[in-house]
Amino acid sequence: MSKCRIMGLFSDFEEAFCAISDIKEGKLSGVSIDDVTLKSPIEHPEIEEVLGERSAPVPYFTLAGAIFGITFGFTFLSSAQANFLVQPQGGKPVVPLPSNIVLTYEMMILFAVLFTVTSLMVCGRFMTKRSSLYSEKVCIDQIGVIVEMDEADLESTKELFKKHKVLEIREEVKQ
Amino acid sequence: MHINEKDIDENIKWAEINKDVLKSMENPRPAYWVAIGLCLAMLSVAVVAEIYQYQTGMGVTNLNNPHMWDLYIATFIFWIGMSHSGTLLSAILHIIHADWRKPIYRFAEAMTTFSLMTAGLFPMIHLGRVWNMYWVIPYVTDRGIWPNFRSPLVWDAFAITTYLTSSALFLFIGMIPDLAICRDNAKGWRKKLYTVLSMGWRGDDRQWRNFRKTYMLMACFLIPLAVSVHSIVSSDFAMSIMPGWHVTSFPPYFVAGALYSGCAAIITLFILLRYFFYFEKYMTIAIMEKICKLTFAIAMVWTYLNLIEFASIWYGHDMVSKELLISKFTGPYSFWFWLMLFCGSVVPFMLAFKKYRCHMPTMFVVSLVLNLGMWLERWMIVTPTLSLSYHPFQWDVMWPSVVQWGIVFGSFGWFGLLFLTFVKIFPSVSMYEVKEMVYHRKREAGSAASEEGSAAPVKNEEGNKATPSGSGTPGLEGA
Repeated sequence: MSKCRIMGLFSDFEEAFCAISDIKEGKLSGVSIDDVTLKSPIEHPEIEEVLGERSAPVPYFTLAGAIFGITFGFTFLSSAQANFLVQPQGGKPVVPLPSNIVLTYEMMILFAVLFTVTSLMVCGRFMTKRSSLYSEKVCIDQIGVIVEMDEADLESTKELFKKHKVLEIREEVKQ
Repeated sequence: MHINEKDIDENIKWAEINKDVLKSMENPRPAYWVAIGLCLAMLSVAVVAEIYQYQTGMGVTNLNNPHMWDLYIATFIFWIGMSHSGTLLSAILHIIHADWRKPIYRFAEAMTTFSLMTAGLFPMIHLGRVWNMYWVIPYVTDRGIWPNFRSPLVWDAFAITTYLTSSALFLFIGMIPDLAICRDNAKGWRKKLYTVLSMGWRGDDRQWRNFRKTYMLMACFLIPLAVSVHSIVSSDFAMSIMPGWHVTSFPPYFVAGALYSGCAAIITLFILLRYFFYFEKYMTIAIMEKICKLTFAIAMVWTYLNLIEFASIWYGHDMVSKELLISKFTGPYSFWFWLMLFCGSVVPFMLAFKKYRCHMPTMFVVSLVLNLGMWLERWMIVTPTLSLSYHPFQWDVMWPSVVQWGIVFGSFGWFGLLFLTFVKIFPSVSMYEVKEMVYHRKREAGSAASEEGSAAPVKNEEGNKATPSGSGTPGLEGA
């Protein structure tokens, strides 16, 4: 059976959360909480209690960036110093640890930040085409609940939304 | 005088927040254009001075042995310092969940970025041969020549580049949800710009979840970064053996000074934006009071660090350093030194009085005086030391030339122009964070009312019945 997606726009978090709770409790057969996406103008502080724990692997990228920054920073500096044969060292070490620690520290932060931002783009699925279910109202003051389901469950989902005072229901336009 | 004690009126509708902030990008007061004109005039002074210096040579600046550093380096430190409060305070306040930062952090972070961009010009101008500036960057050459990585000046280049990149990204990432709002409401070139910059923001839970973690992680990295940047800048001085510079307390002294000047600049820009864009609802007197108290506390830390620096030199009894200290109080630069102490340590006591803290014109003048004091501090770090070094043949009093003054003066125009252009194109108040602030404040108010055991509905300012705690989404009544 073909899948379809609809979005219900609610006036507040409470109504939207009630609708999601009903889905969570299995009041819609064939639809699970994993099929639900919430769109909102702000991030609700208790969103995880409603939608459950969902992954956000950004910190792993940050850690990878920091480790890369330390490794690359120190390797780059020390290899540059080791190859810099023009300047006489005057008895000082070719690879001086104290000054390299300062620069390695800066490189650690720089790459940690760059990796973090990159991971946001990847994990948050930025720069992808917005679906026809996007509503400008979710950037103003309305809460959108998107449900992906079999076409057979469409009417029952609409009924559930209406029970929770949905303001508007939009169906995805198949391109 | 009526003073609203709340940081923000929690009954503001979410749609109204969007409307007010978007309107600010279209219709500022005429004073905004006057400020733009003023900045352009100031910048043109610097451009003329720089062209003259470029054509004639560095001699026109009066820079010569022993005064190889003067206003350019002092002003460089000043702008680096000013950059600190924006991102650093925004990051600290974000981590500790101080939500009063939300209406003001955007412009403070922009201030950081533009201060750094202004600061970055000064080493180039100071170098004279601007076309050789790239020598400081470590790049592979067939001659195998690298910068001296042991030099704090190269550390500066690394640290400032890292700070500028990270701060600009922090500013940009924090702006993405607002850019999506702008995208949805704009037309013409603005629509194209915001569409590209908002990068397909949809406001779904996946994006919010990753966005929040990213923002928090960046804040955690930016705090040590900001501290390291100004510590490294202080190393330009403290790692030398010059009297007055070889001081152990210089890194915290520089960081405190940086925070101090940054806070003072935030006050100045707060008052200007509040007036230019009719932001009285968001940049409230209650928030102003908090910034003023913070500035006062930092001013006292800075004053204390000054005093312990004097005490260390006095009781350390190094004769050259002591002579320099006496010269600062009584010598040729004493007027400016005393003025620095007055502006930096005495004037901030006005911030201790609510009467002044709540009076915008007074605070505007005070913030400018505080920043004058902080600029003088940098000048008094650089120049007196060079005028009274170890050897008598190095003793020389030097006053900067008109060219130096012109470029320093114009740098304020450059900064102002960048900043004012930014606030006209991008939302200077974070719409989504102000919505969060309103939401949380209203929930807290609702919880407090229910804890008091009142079963009666809470009444809002208009006397209408509002929803009790836990029901409905605060801020959405007008939806």
